[in-house]
Amino acid sequence: MVTTYAVTRVARGNRLSPARVGAVINRNVGALRSGPAYWLVLASGFFEPVLYLLSIGVGVGALVGDLTLQNGEVLPYANFVAPAMLAVSAMSGALAETTFNFFFKFKYVKTYDAMLATPLRPMEIAAGELTWAMIRGSLYTGAFLIVMVALGLTTPGWALLAFPATWLVGLAFGAVGMAVSTYIRGWQDFDLISTGQFALFLFSGTFSPVQDYPVPVEILIAITPLYHAVELIRGITTGMLSWSMLGNVAYLLVMLAVGLYVASRRLTSVLCR
Amino acid sequence: MIYARGLVKRFGDFTAVDGIDLEVAPGEAFGFLGPNGAGKSSTMRMIGCVSTPTAGELRILGMDPVREGPAIRARLGVCPQTDNLDPDLTVFENLTTYARYFGIPRAEGRRRAAELLEFVQLTEKSGSTVDPLSGGMKRRLSIARAMINEPDLVLLDEPTTGLDPQARHLLWERLFRLKQRGVTLVLTTHYMDEAEQLCDRLVVMDAGKIVADGSPRHLIETYSTREVVELRFGDDAPATYVEKLAGIGERLDPLPDRLLLYSADGDAAVNEVHRRGFTPSSVLVRRSTLEDVFLILTGRTLVD
Ligand SMILES: Nc1ncnc2c1ncn2[C@@H]1O[C@H](COP(=O)(O)OP(=O)(O)O)[C@@H](O)[C@H]1O
Ligand SMILES: [Mg+2]
Repeated sequence: MVTTYAVTRVARGNRLSPARVGAVINRNVGALRSGPAYWLVLASGFFEPVLYLLSIGVGVGALVGDLTLQNGEVLPYANFVAPAMLAVSAMSGALAETTFNFFFKFKYVKTYDAMLATPLRPMEIAAGELTWAMIRGSLYTGAFLIVMVALGLTTPGWALLAFPATWLVGLAFGAVGMAVSTYIRGWQDFDLISTGQFALFLFSGTFSPVQDYPVPVEILIAITPLYHAVELIRGITTGMLSWSMLGNVAYLLVMLAVGLYVASRRLTSVLCR
Repeated sequence: MIYARGLVKRFGDFTAVDGIDLEVAPGEAFGFLGPNGAGKSSTMRMIGCVSTPTAGELRILGMDPVREGPAIRARLGVCPQTDNLDPDLTVFENLTTYARYFGIPRAEGRRRAAELLEFVQLTEKSGSTVDPLSGGMKRRLSIARAMINEPDLVLLDEPTTGLDPQARHLLWERLFRLKQRGVTLVLTTHYMDEAEQLCDRLVVMDAGKIVADGSPRHLIETYSTREVVELRFGDDAPATYVEKLAGIGERLDPLPDRLLLYSADGDAAVNEVHRRGFTPSSVLVRRSTLEDVFLILTGRTLVD
């Protein structure tokens, strides 16, 4: 609730105009139309998690067999891994936009300098870019959910509910990624980001239940963000809802609010000197 | 349109703009003339409400740039020193996309974009991306983009720096038309001919301060003489002639490669040089320019 308050307050303080946020999104739609290379990038972003799902979920799953969860439920391994891959693709879809592309526009092509000379406010720029990142991520997650339903890894009903959850995941990671990008010095820092991203990918209860780890590690994992995204989405696609998922949602909302706030502040402090 | 008193901009402990006073009236073409590092861009960015003044009073279109930035920017057209056109968009989309930032409806944005491309003579490039355009074309597109919101005040930071003479003249001609339409222009330049061509009034800036202020004619009449004689003396350092030619004209300025002799009557001054028995290897009598004004005021040349 604190975050909802923070989000609306930040939004109101800057009098966020939907038309101006839309104008920022509109710019990206135009860029998508005029640059053919972009489609290729988009397509590759979809295949990556699908390949992981097929190789690990289905391939390794054949070796592992079924998992017995803490609550006693038995789950085929692929059903366990698939929602994690979905969360990962929501994360990386949004991050690709708000780290690499954002940094390029921020530092080199000066897209935001051009925008800031107009009535657009930093918060509107950040919100527009983030919404676009979320839309990009949702292209991946929408397609991925169709694959999951087709493979019988979730039901159409749960998939419909999981879809907006992937939006939240995209917004949360996108916002934090954007904030981090404003501090990036050069391309070498992207190696750090992708290493971090990969570490999250491996150790967020993605491939095995976190309860399998020693308790200190389990706690450590519970602090990291992707864990909360995976928990939330896995709870939905497997139909095993629990109250703790509200905590996951709150965690992601805080990421969203803090990321958006820091990113828009940094747009001003770096570009409007 | 613009009112500033004691305007200061500091970056850390470096003072880029050191307490300047300005007033720009509607319909005026106003210029900042000064060498690199004089503080022209820093001033322009404060006027464009993308940089907060460190101290002093600033009002743009009667509003406060800190509190009413977006409202002011809605009525400004800005052409920054380095082009920041969008490389992912076509020439036409660069304008229509920008129009959306100002809340201009799509159809109206397209209408204005077509009209402006006509105005800056880029209609044939409409569907091209930005990268293949020449420097002059990019500059013209930037100016067209700055006009998309039909601004009351247009800010142009070094509009023709780095362009070849032909591209410059085309740009000047377009800017002159804007001026005729009654658009208030504020521009910076380190070319005195540009300032003379375009500005009704200008300030000469050096090291963050305004050192002179007035119309180009007024500045030349106040600080320089009507004519200037440029003398070159074979291999000898021009400075060695300062003493020998003392008393001719009103002022002598030795530059590394030539000696400038300021005089109301250039030909008479040349005759006097010959009468004293000196034969310069080359003699040029010309009208005084803002370049001379700058040299007299600061002891340095504008473009090295
Ligand atoms: N963002 C900045 N940070 C630190 N110094 C700056 C910054 N912008 C400009 N300066 C310094 O301020 C001085 C004036 O710069 P500028 O206003 O760009 O001059 P001009 O446009 O007349 O060439 C220069 O010495 C420049 O190095
Ligand atoms: Mg400059």
